[in-house]
Amino acid sequence: MTMTATIGHAHADPHHIGIVVEHPGPASKRIVTAYGFWVFLLSDIVMFSCFFAAYAVLVGQTADGPKGSEIFEHRNVAIETVLLLLSSFTCGMASIAADVRNRFWFYLGMAVTCVLGLAFLTIEFREFANLVSRGYGPSRSAFLTAFFSLVGCHGLHVSAGVLWLLTMMAQVFAKGFRADILRRMMCFALFWHALDIIWVAVFSVVYLLGSAV
Amino acid sequence: MSDQAHVPTGHDLAPGEEEQHSVGERILGYVVGLVLALLLTATSFFIAGTDLVWQPSIPVALIVLAIAQMGVHLVFFLHITTGPDNTNNVLALAFGLLIVFLVVGGTVWIMSHLNQNMPPMDQFIRMHS
Repeated sequence: MTMTATIGHAHADPHHIGIVVEHPGPASKRIVTAYGFWVFLLSDIVMFSCFFAAYAVLVGQTADGPKGSEIFEHRNVAIETVLLLLSSFTCGMASIAADVRNRFWFYLGMAVTCVLGLAFLTIEFREFANLVSRGYGPSRSAFLTAFFSLVGCHGLHVSAGVLWLLTMMAQVFAKGFRADILRRMMCFALFWHALDIIWVAVFSVVYLLGSAV
Repeated sequence: MSDQAHVPTGHDLAPGEEEQHSVGERILGYVVGLVLALLLTATSFFIAGTDLVWQPSIPVALIVLAIAQMGVHLVFFLHITTGPDNTNNVLALAFGLLIVFLVVGGTVWIMSHLNQNMPPMDQFIRMHS
């Protein structure tokens, strides 16, 4: 092949590999932001996996304290699970409403998500307070330490998510559906759905498998 | 190499974003995800408390159901799919899963070996007396 001078004309296949890739240029800011946040979420999941590993190792180390089957109430956990699942759904509705710039459905979806998240946190807090009042606090045994740190860490994430949710509602109220606000809303939706994924692991491993030990 | 395969430019998709769909289709996707997740959750809670199945199979069933539900969440809520526009997201997910399996699997494995080879002191004394 002769090297014809095609200065000024970007060759689509400089190495003649037979595949023409037309570079669309750098990815849009929306893609880059969400991808970066996705990597953060994965690192968060890796952090949770350490807590899960600790729980799996320590689940039998009850130091003559209560076992999982004696303190877990499956009915409460089922209610918490349904609350989080529904909140994930309403969060999805809110993000669709944000994409089509419908304020009413956005506020409604976010408000319902917030209420469901707060209900989840209330049930979890009452469960913790009940355990501590019976003398089964995190210092009682290695099993309870692992339990409180894992489930409490998830609860802290949900609390942070609720704060972020309220911030998003305020930002949409004050600034409208600007491109940067929509990017933040997208990251929030990813965060909220990822928390639900972690909760699936929590109720399966901690509560259901933990009762069997 | 005469005919050049033309790769469609295929813009990347941000995680959490779907290809162009109407609002109705998007809502339907979330409804399907919610129903599937609720079904899997109900099955998990049912399996955990039932006497109908062979007891040693229950932990395995619970783990399988949990992984299935996480898959449902990833596809229907986070929109991480195997489409060509999702390659970056799937690769990041694969790396994350690798680390998760190394951490959890490695910990459980090595700690069970430690318990076998170096039992707690009371068991040790019982074994050697």
